[in-house]
Amino acid sequence: MMTQFVHQPDFMTGDEFSIPTFSLLNAEGELHGGAVEPALERDHARRIYQAMLATRILDERMMAAQRQGRLSFYMQCTGEEAAVVGATAALNDADMIMAQYREQGALMYRGFSIDEFMNQLFGNELDYGKGRQMPIHYGSRKLHYMTISSPLATQIPQATGYAYGQKLAGNGHCTLTFFGEGAASEGDFHAALNMASVHHVPVIFFCRNNGYAISTPAVEQFAADGIAPRAFGYHMHVIRVDGNDVLAVYEATRLARKIAVEQNQPVLIEAMSYRLAAHSSSDDPSGYRSKDEEEIWRAKDPLLRLQKWLLKKQWWSEEEEATQQETLRREVLETMKRAEKRSSPPLESLISDVYADITPALQRQFDQLKRHIRRYPEAYPRGAQSLDLDVGTDTDSQGEA
Amino acid sequence: MATMNMLQAINNALDIAMAEDEKVICFGEDVGIFGGVFRATSHLQEKYGKARCFNTPLVEQGIIGFANGLAAQGSVPVAEIQFADYIFPAFDQIVNETAKFRYRSGDLFNVGGLTIRTPYGGGIAGGLYHSQSPEAYFTHTPGLKVVVPRNPYQAKGLLLAAIRDPDPVLFLEPKRLYRAAVGEVPEEDYQLPIGEAEITKEGTDITVVGWGAQMEVIGKAVELAEEQGIACEVIDLRSLLPWDADTVAESVLKTGRLVVSHEAPLTGGFAGEIAATIQERCFLYLESPIARVTGLDTPFPLVLEKEYLPDHLKIFEAIRESVNF
Repeated sequence: MMTQFVHQPDFMTGDEFSIPTFSLLNAEGELHGGAVEPALERDHARRIYQAMLATRILDERMMAAQRQGRLSFYMQCTGEEAAVVGATAALNDADMIMAQYREQGALMYRGFSIDEFMNQLFGNELDYGKGRQMPIHYGSRKLHYMTISSPLATQIPQATGYAYGQKLAGNGHCTLTFFGEGAASEGDFHAALNMASVHHVPVIFFCRNNGYAISTPAVEQFAADGIAPRAFGYHMHVIRVDGNDVLAVYEATRLARKIAVEQNQPVLIEAMSYRLAAHSSSDDPSGYRSKDEEEIWRAKDPLLRLQKWLLKKQWWSEEEEATQQETLRREVLETMKRAEKRSSPPLESLISDVYADITPALQRQFDQLKRHIRRYPEAYPRGAQSLDLDVGTDTDSQGEA
Repeated sequence: MATMNMLQAINNALDIAMAEDEKVICFGEDVGIFGGVFRATSHLQEKYGKARCFNTPLVEQGIIGFANGLAAQGSVPVAEIQFADYIFPAFDQIVNETAKFRYRSGDLFNVGGLTIRTPYGGGIAGGLYHSQSPEAYFTHTPGLKVVVPRNPYQAKGLLLAAIRDPDPVLFLEPKRLYRAAVGEVPEEDYQLPIGEAEITKEGTDITVVGWGAQMEVIGKAVELAEEQGIACEVIDLRSLLPWDADTVAESVLKTGRLVVSHEAPLTGGFAGEIAATIQERCFLYLESPIARVTGLDTPFPLVLEKEYLPDHLKIFEAIRESVNF
């Protein structure tokens, strides 16, 4: 770049830039003046809405189940369904998604079944993650959804790497990574954006700016105007979008994907939304924010906005809404009962997948554990369940008093 | 004396330290008005203001880097890392900076005022990212001190000592005991020594060593052993770096047997260091191999947590096998 010399010491603060928010639908589900409706087919729009609704209902039911003590932990996507589902709907279903942990709507959109959700939530024998991670740490290879990792922001530079591999593979796919405005404070975020720009990587960085990192409000997270201006520092395309307006999110992500895939350039999207629920089932927001503030955002419910638009287009009806809600609630409850009753993963799942093959040292530790469980089966009901308790009594005699 | 749980004892220690020395500053993720996700810093912002107790952005490497600078300047930072599982972005700052600040500058500069508080350990259905016991990564780092309290009384006295210690201290808090451990705690200021183990129970047949939440588990195992007539001597190390080899060696010279237990995986765990040192110092007095009762060499599980953990039954079996060797 050519250096331009000036002869007055002008400091810049970034206030020279003002990043607007892209928005298509108003609260009444009508297009803003001058807004152009995205090319969205009826069935596609319905698929988006149904995924948002299913996510809302799953979240309501599972948080209730957590409160009843049926589930150890839960996290809701509530209030951010448009941001998550809208972004996912604008991708090719084979594009990679590397999410943070509040993006179950993306999986719902791609067709993860309620059974699959439940099996993970209850960590039963059918959980793909073999009961190793806390609830909501979903993953699906067939749906191109990377298994969730709790440490924040670690997936962001990984998305850059994954997408670089996609570029080399030349398959026309890209990666979208979700993260919160809090996680964007981590060093990993900055490393990810810089490397993506330097190496011309087809990755979309999708920030869900939901106002809070647990109790920490955005004003204590960063001094600048949100996350979006950071893109300038990395010479990256950026757009800020109304995260409760699914049409705007969809359109912004669709265009971002074109930039990523056609130009091999990363894009940052900042979706402005609000975490309507607590951070998790372990959190109580009454200690750090007001009900009034929550009510302001409840009035901007992304589901209602899309529903109104669909109703006006006669792509959805009140009757369908009622039926769908009822059906989903019943499915969630029935599926939950099924998942709860299933066995735990077998004892062997303790030592598998640490390495591709179980090491001899670990096998020895495991054999010792099995002898111990055979001696005290009642103390380890889950482990004992998958052991033949009559086997190995000869080795049990070792060390008997 | 007052009855406190471990969180209250920690909060009380921070309160005393901040009241006594205006250079003491507490910060970390959600530490401000919310008082931390476990509420260890409750009301400190109200009492001492936003300049001395505040939320940081969500960046552990930033928290500890900032804390290093603040300590070098002469302040007394008490930085919280929300979970020990999330300390690793700060690993560089801790291992390469905190631990080596004094040494590399020939003591021109040091970060001795720094205390890093972080909850660690399992037994709370936290899975692999809310359960780890990463102490051995840090005990392998000369220049750091590593301290782990077992109950509210110890937590208050050791934390006050850590804050005032001339060296940086990593203070690992057993989160399973935060609310579960309740005990009598003096309301006044007191300190417990860093680097000194405590014999919590005397006995002649076998020595059992642990720290933090594992002391409660060892206690249950020892009860089972005592029912069978095995007299156990129980030692809480309290400090892992430096650790009190003298107290352990003296005990093993008497009992001839040693069991060490920790939640972290076996290989490379701190029990290995203890076993190596004690066999050097007590070789001719040992009646049986030194036993380690630890987690498996795997990440921390969720559903099979009970099977993974070195519980009282596993420790009891190790005691029995050692005595019957």
